[in-house]
Amino acid sequence: MKTIRIGAGAGYAGDRVEPAVELAREGDLDYLVFECLAERTIALAQQARARDPRAGYDPLLAERMEACLGICLRRHVKIITNMGAANPREGARVIAATARRLGVGGLKIAAVLGDDVLDLVRRGDYPVAETGGRVSDLGDAVIAANAYLGAERVVEALRNGADVVITGRVADPSLFVAPAIHEFGWPWEDWDLLGQATVMGHLLECAGQVTGGYFADPGYKDVPGLERLGFPLAEVRADGSFVVTKVPEAGGMVTAATCKEQLLYEIHDPARYVTPDVVADFTAVRIEETGKDRVLVTGGRGRPRTDTLKVSIGYRDGYMGEGQISYGGPGAEARGRLALEIVMARLRQTGIAFADLRGDLIGVSALHGGRLAAGHDPYEVRLRVAARARTLKDAARVGNEVEALYTNGPAGGAGAVKAVREVLSVASTLIPRALAPGVVHYEEVR
Amino acid sequence: MKLREIAHARAGDKGDTVNIALIAYDGAHYPLLERHVTAARVKEFFADIVRGEVVRYTLPNLGALNFVMHGALGGGVTRTTALDIHGKSLSSAILEMEIPET
Repeated sequence: MKTIRIGAGAGYAGDRVEPAVELAREGDLDYLVFECLAERTIALAQQARARDPRAGYDPLLAERMEACLGICLRRHVKIITNMGAANPREGARVIAATARRLGVGGLKIAAVLGDDVLDLVRRGDYPVAETGGRVSDLGDAVIAANAYLGAERVVEALRNGADVVITGRVADPSLFVAPAIHEFGWPWEDWDLLGQATVMGHLLECAGQVTGGYFADPGYKDVPGLERLGFPLAEVRADGSFVVTKVPEAGGMVTAATCKEQLLYEIHDPARYVTPDVVADFTAVRIEETGKDRVLVTGGRGRPRTDTLKVSIGYRDGYMGEGQISYGGPGAEARGRLALEIVMARLRQTGIAFADLRGDLIGVSALHGGRLAAGHDPYEVRLRVAARARTLKDAARVGNEVEALYTNGPAGGAGAVKAVREVLSVASTLIPRALAPGVVHYEEVR
Repeated sequence: MKLREIAHARAGDKGDTVNIALIAYDGAHYPLLERHVTAARVKEFFADIVRGEVVRYTLPNLGALNFVMHGALGGGVTRTTALDIHGKSLSSAILEMEIPET
């Protein structure tokens, strides 16, 4: 039976580069997929593009292509990625330029556009799920609105002979579903097949998180070779069943446990995982180890896709200020608490309306609050204070007050750092599917 | 015993919501999880952190429970002032929970 091999080359924008090279070289792949677009990443990219019309694609695009493009072309591995972020057309040009620099030709690059629906959601003034208001309530603060497109345009690009497909916002699993649909010619309304393919895409999209990353817990869950963690590949068959594995020489491991954890990662109702392609159902998925680092996955199902597409809206949301300082030795916790009281009192005196002002003692209660931490006595603590404010100047006050503890606070304050940054928040809405059909542009390197 | 002895966990985030998958190492222990780790128990366990509703989904096919905890990220990943903006460390916290051995 025909099998296609799909590898994951990145699980987020800043991910390691070498595992993708290893997969391209050793994985006998048909496709290498780089998923690099978190919820907020595209809003940041849109801001970059507003400053410079030739920016807005993933900053590591050239580096990743430099490392992988030559190998992939020689081995007939097609590349699919959402590293186009807010500017897939320019991203395609960067890939073309990289190809020319590497001296490779005969290359067709497809850019999938049409996810940018900022004008559309402004005109339609859609309701915003998180705020309970409407898009217009966010006013000028809105800087990006991108619809989650499905697999359709990526499949179209592959059908038209693209060697590399670069997109903006396409739903993460759809990047993996597309090559399977293209290769096996699955009907668009075979919901069970699309549901099973979505299981495959979901398991692979975070790359190392299914091969032993985000998993190790010494003594309970040991993982070999995390310093050279391998990224996963799926061997997909025409009936949709697939095996998750990795190249043998890579570190990490693929087990039923790593796959189960990743299957439920960021899932809410497992019977209704909504993507642009299908409403996938994970409740009958079977996960079986069939060999070392080989896990067979079957049983994903699906129901018809929805008539709407989710849109992620990025908006400017004030500024965040933060400061940290450490105390050690006897009485460390008491001095940390005293320092916290001082900073809070000082910030109150400023009269600034901070939002979500919070102070924590790292090493005591920063992660889980005081209740779960009770009864543990730390040798050293690190005070952290953070808050949002409407202006950069006000937000900067938070870090300054922590730093000033050096000379004005308890004994032995050490290693203060401070930071202030603009906050870009993300909210969401739904639009009728027909309003964002997507479109493909091509760029050829002869 | 502590959950850590029979189960492992992974946390994921979406907006202001955290989900924790709690998975039995051995499928034979799944009924214990289902019996003792209720949505109410998890809500009470994370009383300092989770402000909204906790919904539990059962996945006997995986020997797993999925807890969806609303209002768990201080307004959401992008704007929270918490140190753990994603709630990733909550997966370790839940493994401290004590449950009966039967």
